[in-house]
Formats: sequence, C-alpha cells, structure tokens
Amino acid sequence: MSWDKFTSTQKIATRNGFGDGLLEAARSNPKIVALCADLAGSLKMDLLEKEFPSRYFQVGVAEANMIGMAAGMATSGLIPYTGTFANFSTGRVYDQIRQSVAYSGKNVKICASHAGLTLGEDGATHQILEDIGLMKMLPGMCVINPADYAQTKAATMAIANHEGPVYLRFGRPDWPVFMQNEKFEIGKAITLREGKDVSIFATGHMLWQALEAVRLLEQEGIDCELINIHTIKPLDIEAIIKSVKKTNRVVSCEEHQRNGGLGDSIAQTLALHHPTRMEYVAVNDSFGESGKPMELIEKYGLGVKDVVAAVKKIVL
Amino acid sequence: MKTIAELQSIASQVRRDIIRQTWSAKSGHPGGSLGCADYLTSLYFNHLRFKLPFTMNGNDEDIFVLSNGHISPVFYSILARTGHFPVDELATFRKLNSRLQGHPATQEHIPGVRIASGSLGQGLSVALGLALAKKFQADTKLVFALTGDGELQEGQNWEAIMAAAHYKADNLIVTVDWNGQQIDGPNDKVISLGDLEGKWKTFGWTVLHANGNDMQDIDQKISDAKSHVGQGKPIVILMKTIMGFGVDYMMGTHRWHGVAPNDEQTAKALDQLTETLGDYKI
Repeated sequence: MSWDKFTSTQKIATRNGFGDGLLEAARSNPKIVALCADLAGSLKMDLLEKEFPSRYFQVGVAEANMIGMAAGMATSGLIPYTGTFANFSTGRVYDQIRQSVAYSGKNVKICASHAGLTLGEDGATHQILEDIGLMKMLPGMCVINPADYAQTKAATMAIANHEGPVYLRFGRPDWPVFMQNEKFEIGKAITLREGKDVSIFATGHMLWQALEAVRLLEQEGIDCELINIHTIKPLDIEAIIKSVKKTNRVVSCEEHQRNGGLGDSIAQTLALHHPTRMEYVAVNDSFGESGKPMELIEKYGLGVKDVVAAVKKIVL
Repeated sequence: MKTIAELQSIASQVRRDIIRQTWSAKSGHPGGSLGCADYLTSLYFNHLRFKLPFTMNGNDEDIFVLSNGHISPVFYSILARTGHFPVDELATFRKLNSRLQGHPATQEHIPGVRIASGSLGQGLSVALGLALAKKFQADTKLVFALTGDGELQEGQNWEAIMAAAHYKADNLIVTVDWNGQQIDGPNDKVISLGDLEGKWKTFGWTVLHANGNDMQDIDQKISDAKSHVGQGKPIVILMKTIMGFGVDYMMGTHRWHGVAPNDEQTAKALDQLTETLGDYKI
C-alpha cells in the first residue's frame, strides 16, 4: 500500500469544508435547514444563506434557544444543522442537548467550529478542549472530528443520511488538505499507512501532525501504522483491535484534553479487548491561552516532535 | 365542540386521575397538575386538531408542547382520555418499565409526547422550532405550548420569546400557568416576575389574560387567541390559576408542588371530585 499520496499542496480550513459541504448537502436534500448563532461568516454558513435564504435561520447570540428550535424542527421531519463555535455548541448548551436532542432522540446535527487550541489568539475562553468528552458521553450521540477540508466536507454531507443526533467538530485555521481521495464512512477508520512497530490513532487536525511524525520516524527505521479515527463514536473497535494485535503498541493523537477524548475511548477498548501499552498525545488537564495556532500546538505538547517522542517512548 | 358542562365533567375525572396517579406512585406533582386541568381539558377536547394514531412529526395537525414537564400527571390523563393510549396505563405512572416516566419522555414511545421536558425552560424553544417548521412546510396548523411561571426565571425562555417575535411566529400560542407559586414559595418571594404583561408586550407578543380555573373563560380565551393567529405576532395567554385547584386542602399553597397525597388525603381529595368517566384500574 502506497502512502506517498498523502501529501498536501494547499491549506484550507476545515470550517470551509463544513460551509461547502452544507451547501452541497442542502442542494440535494430539501429537508436540510440551518440555524446559526451570529457566526455565519466564521462557519461559512453564509453560502447556504445566500442560495437558500428561506432555509437559513439566524438565531442571534442565543445558543440554548438554537438547540431547542433545532429539536422542534427535527421533530417535524426537517434535518437541522446548528452552527456556532465548539465551546458554545457543547458546554454552554449541554442540558439543552441532553434533554431536547439526545434523550428526545432528535435528528439534529450540532456543527461546531473553532474547536481546540488552534482557535488561537482569542484564548482559553473559546478554546474548548472538553467537547469530545461531553458529547460522547451522551447516549446515542455520534461524534465526528474530521482531519482536513475534504474530510469535513464529506462528513458534513454524510451526516444528513445518518438518522440521529451528531456532533461534528472542526476548526478555524488553514490546514493541509490531504484526504481528498479517501472515502468517508461514519464509524469507519481509515488506514493511511500500514506498519508493524506501533499503531498511531489520530483524529482532527492531529492527523497531519501524526503523518509528519511518521515520515520522520520512517527515516529512523520505525515502522508506524497510521490510522485516522474520524468518528470517535461509534468507535471502529474492529479496526483498532486488528491493528493493535499486530503492533502491540499504541499512541493516540488529538487536539483535546487527555481526559475524555479519543485516547480514553481507545484505552477503554484496549482494556476490554487487548490490554496494550499506550501513550497519549493530548492536552494534559490544562486550559489553553492566547497565541498563534502553531505556537499553541507546540507549547501544549501537540507538535510533530511530541508525536515522535511518544512513539519513541513506547517503541524504543 | 363540548359544552362547558361537559368540559367540567371531564376535568373532574382528569383531577381524579391526577390524585390517583400521584397517590399510587407515592410521588409526583399534583399541585400544578390540578391547576392546569381545566386548560388542558379545554385545549384537547375543544381546540387542538390532533390525529390518531399518533405520529411524531405532527404534520398537518396542531401540536402541543408541555414545557413544565413536572405536571405530567395531568398531561398523561388528558392523553389517555383523548385516546392516545389506554386509560388503564395510568396505573403505571412513575413505575419501572412504564411508558409514563416521571417527566414526559419520548424514549418509551408514549403516544402524544413529542419532546422530553422536565429540565425547565426548554419547551418554548422547541415550540418555536415546530412553529417555524410548520411555516416553512406551508402547514397552516398551530403550535400550542404551556410553561410554568417560576419557569420563566430560566433565561432560555426569553431567548425564545425574543426570537419568536423576530420571526413573527403568529402560529404559536403560548400559555403561562400563572399560579404564583414555585417550589420554595411564592414567585414574589423567590424571584419576582415583575410586570409579566409588560415584559411579553415589550418583547412583541399579543398578550391575553385568562382565568385558568373558570372553564368558560379559558375555553373562550383559547378561541380568542386563535383569532389572533396570522397577524404577525406570537400570542401568549397569561393564565391565572390556583395551584391545587379542585382539592380544598391543596389549593393556593406551594406545599403540594411535588408531594403525593397519602391514603387518607387521597380519600379526602376524591370525595371532592366526581367520577364522571370511570376510574382506571389500579
């Protein structure tokens, strides 16, 4: 299997993938409507607003009401996509999502931009690093964190055909595009490189970081298996176990707290099915701060060098 | 259309159902349920254009959303007495494996319930979403919602109230159960609602007043509210009720908000409420 194809010639933000995917999904599915809490430009929802003004609902700075309205619209058979930053999509409206969406079994797509540290200069008030944990604990909630523009666009379109609540998490900064040729299927892991020394499971922006790390490690003779877990729930347990049975070493990579994120889901899987040594590349029980996205990535232990170090720690 | 006397007769049975459900479950919320029995009887028997068998989407039918989910005993009684599910199922209220959860839920697929409620302040948003969805789908039927008064202390309501006016949701009729009581005492002691009429008016709603325990009046006011539909403004009925109405020792106090009557109290309550449609079996 050739993995040389995973190179990037351009950078586009994952949020652009959401905006483009939403417009394309709306063109083919008349049941799709969009609700936005005063962030249409940031989430690129203005594309849908321009082409389908009657299907776009500006709700203002009122996220709790947005979630409730979406639950009502879903009850009537529409497919509402809500849009705001990840912080305001989850922590701020947790009870609304829990009762009116998840417990009520509503087909609402909660779409969350500016997740994680790479939101940058706005600082920790906006840099939520707990959202995956919050959402994955809700029964029936599907949780997806795509890796690049192309995968975000594909995921945005795919969730329209998934019956039930979805949390779709993406980000702010321009980011390498490299997954354009990979088929996206909810709950199905994607193997980028097969290897025998260690299984690296990465989600969101961290897939590119892991990919660069694997290239460096390759030069040092370390044979990494790199797997993209874009869907944190439902988790592709089969793919994880199959890989780990071969490598017996695991590194997880995510732009999220270590507590409650992808790594914890993998650790639980390992504990139940195949106990294995594991290292986390994640934020370790800390809030972020203001700074440039890549400065924050480096400072909080999510750099390429951090992935390399985690792999070496467990392999060597 | 039912006559006022017929509605009153039904409401008496609904009140018996409320007492018997909470007594049997040894828990639940009889006070607010009794206060809203007349409103819900009038709404479901004379106004709400619903279809059976129940379908979740409610397309081409009027929809009711209960925001103050703790008054589930009156909601369940009304749904049972209007044929949504067997009346005898009321005996399962709050018991293990029942479709009649302590607060309404959709997980058990109980006909007539479209959204979970209980955590307060969320129902108006849901009702607004339904109302806008109806407009979007060119469905001319209406959305009704009931909220408590203490519940209006939840800020989400005011987000929904503002947005409903912005979107000219003139197919939405909200009723406030204004009994003046909440768990810790009178609203005015807990957190005053202030000028409630002024608040709704300033937010851009058409405001009506009703006596929710005068069947003639509440039945008329629901008709009046419907006459305001399609005029560019959402409609609210500020409905004065007495918590515990119909059972003398429960009336006008917050003490029966969330307390079930014991055997003796139940007997005393049922003595005051005529059995008109037949009690369900326990």
